[in-house]
Amino acid sequence: MKSKNQKRGQTILAYVVLIFLSFLCLFFFYILIVNATRSHADLQKGFSAIPGSYFLENLKNVANDGSFPMFKGILNSLIVSTCSAALCTYFSSLTAYGLYAYDFRAKKAAFTFIMAILVMPTQVTAMGFLRLITNMGMYDSLLPLIIPSIASPAVFYFMYSYLQSSLPLSLVEAARIDGSGEFRTFNWIVLPIMKPAIAVQAIFTFVSSWNNYFVPALVIQSKDKMTVPILIATLRGADYMNFDMGKIYMMITVAIVPIIIVYLLLSKYIIAGVTLGGVKE
Amino acid sequence: MKKKRKSVSYAKWGYIFILPFFICFLIFSLIPLIDTVRYSFFEYYRSGIKEIGPNFIGIQNYISLLGSDMLKYAGNTLILWVIGFVPQIVVALLLANWFTDVRLKIRGKQFFKVVIYLPNLIMASAFAMLFFAMFSTNGPINSILMSLGWISKPVDFLGSVIGTRSLVGLMNFLMWFGNTTIMLMAAIMGISPDIFEACELDGCTSIKRFFYITLPLIRPILAYTLITSIIGGLQMFDVPQILTNGQGNPDRTSMTLIMFLNSHLKSKNYGMAGALSVYLFIVSGILCFFVYRMTNGNNDDGTKKIRKKARKVRKGGR
Repeated sequence: MKSKNQKRGQTILAYVVLIFLSFLCLFFFYILIVNATRSHADLQKGFSAIPGSYFLENLKNVANDGSFPMFKGILNSLIVSTCSAALCTYFSSLTAYGLYAYDFRAKKAAFTFIMAILVMPTQVTAMGFLRLITNMGMYDSLLPLIIPSIASPAVFYFMYSYLQSSLPLSLVEAARIDGSGEFRTFNWIVLPIMKPAIAVQAIFTFVSSWNNYFVPALVIQSKDKMTVPILIATLRGADYMNFDMGKIYMMITVAIVPIIIVYLLLSKYIIAGVTLGGVKE
Repeated sequence: MKKKRKSVSYAKWGYIFILPFFICFLIFSLIPLIDTVRYSFFEYYRSGIKEIGPNFIGIQNYISLLGSDMLKYAGNTLILWVIGFVPQIVVALLLANWFTDVRLKIRGKQFFKVVIYLPNLIMASAFAMLFFAMFSTNGPINSILMSLGWISKPVDFLGSVIGTRSLVGLMNFLMWFGNTTIMLMAAIMGISPDIFEACELDGCTSIKRFFYITLPLIRPILAYTLITSIIGGLQMFDVPQILTNGQGNPDRTSMTLIMFLNSHLKSKNYGMAGALSVYLFIVSGILCFFVYRMTNGNNDDGTKKIRKKARKVRKGGR
């Protein structure tokens, strides 16, 4: 009886904490959305929990603002993130497969090397990176934000773990016996098997590239090449007090809502994917 | 004999397949790293429109960095990280324990998981901008607190040291506790149910079970979470940068190491930026070594599960 009461108490406590934390997580987004629907004059009067009717007006203002080309920024971000996700997942899979399926002399050294740099922060090489791309003539272009994603040690490791758990080498042998070339085997047999891992990592690479701020802020100069995070930063740096607050909230909304929508649609896969690599032993 | 020849002929494909990765790494990481280290020994900066250097000055940059505010910024980074990490790990342990407790039967688990993971995917810079707007003196938070009658005049959150640091900590907490919860849940679910059953038969309470069974068994993953989070904390940039407009206000008490690096890079002080990068490289190199040991070391129960962590590593725990 006592333990039953205790159990109930614990369940109630768990719900209270969970609801509080969920409230904390959602509260800020609620304020954001509500404020994005209100006009500057309304916002100055103080906070109100009821949405206003200025949503479309604010959206129009954001779209027409030449000094903060938000929609151009979203387009740039989409290009960078999509290309990064595609390159990163394809080449990480390729590298993982190369190290998993073949025996060669440098195999162990290559694997050890990648594992050693697994969590190395990119910031430590930022200075040399900046000078390098300036010398290569890629300063102020989107390319240096895309190409380096080919070498992503963490994605490689995820793919490698996935291959270990789900690709029997006998399958590769069978493909060889049937006369399939090595690249063909990879593209038509291995990649389809890796689809779940690729999907998960594509989402995560896309999101982290979409949210990336440090490197783009160093590389991009001109307004029409800015990605969303840099535009947000410029907004923060500009003379903020003279702005239409409704427009500012709308800009933030425009920057994060696409990701929220994608997340809500794919949440099941994303959350399962956080721990996918090792679950399949 | 035949078999040996076969493996030799396929070896070249291994090299071909891993070549793009290594070429890309060589060009975009290794060469920049060497360049960074090289310039750390030079006097090389821009004063106005005049470029000074590069003149070789040995380890002068390293010494003057030690004399500058670098150690203060390192302290700031540590404080900001701790404010975010301590509640994060406590809450994550608590939630992971509740979610995996079969006796509690929490409903709507999937809903809660979706909600608590949500902030992790939000653009840190937009999130910081949102916090800046909300916590400004005439922002909604002050307006709400005033209409509730809790405060009589607006609080200048971003004008005080505690306010700014707490906001950065709160944001880091919100962005990462969901992720850590899901990681730890997976770790706890990896423990054999037999152990929990046995302890239930022996009549241990849920608190005892947590401290004597769960916690010791997930220790390898906890250690891993800690180290990757330190590496993430070392890279802390987006949130304080946007929140304080790169100034680290008030009085540079929320200036992190990467913000310091960023300001050197922006002002084209390559010598100093190089030396600072080398310091950061050494610290993260040591931390990387620990991670390497954990992911590749002895193959006991814990290390296998660490594979699940590959993703958190990439996102760097910011």
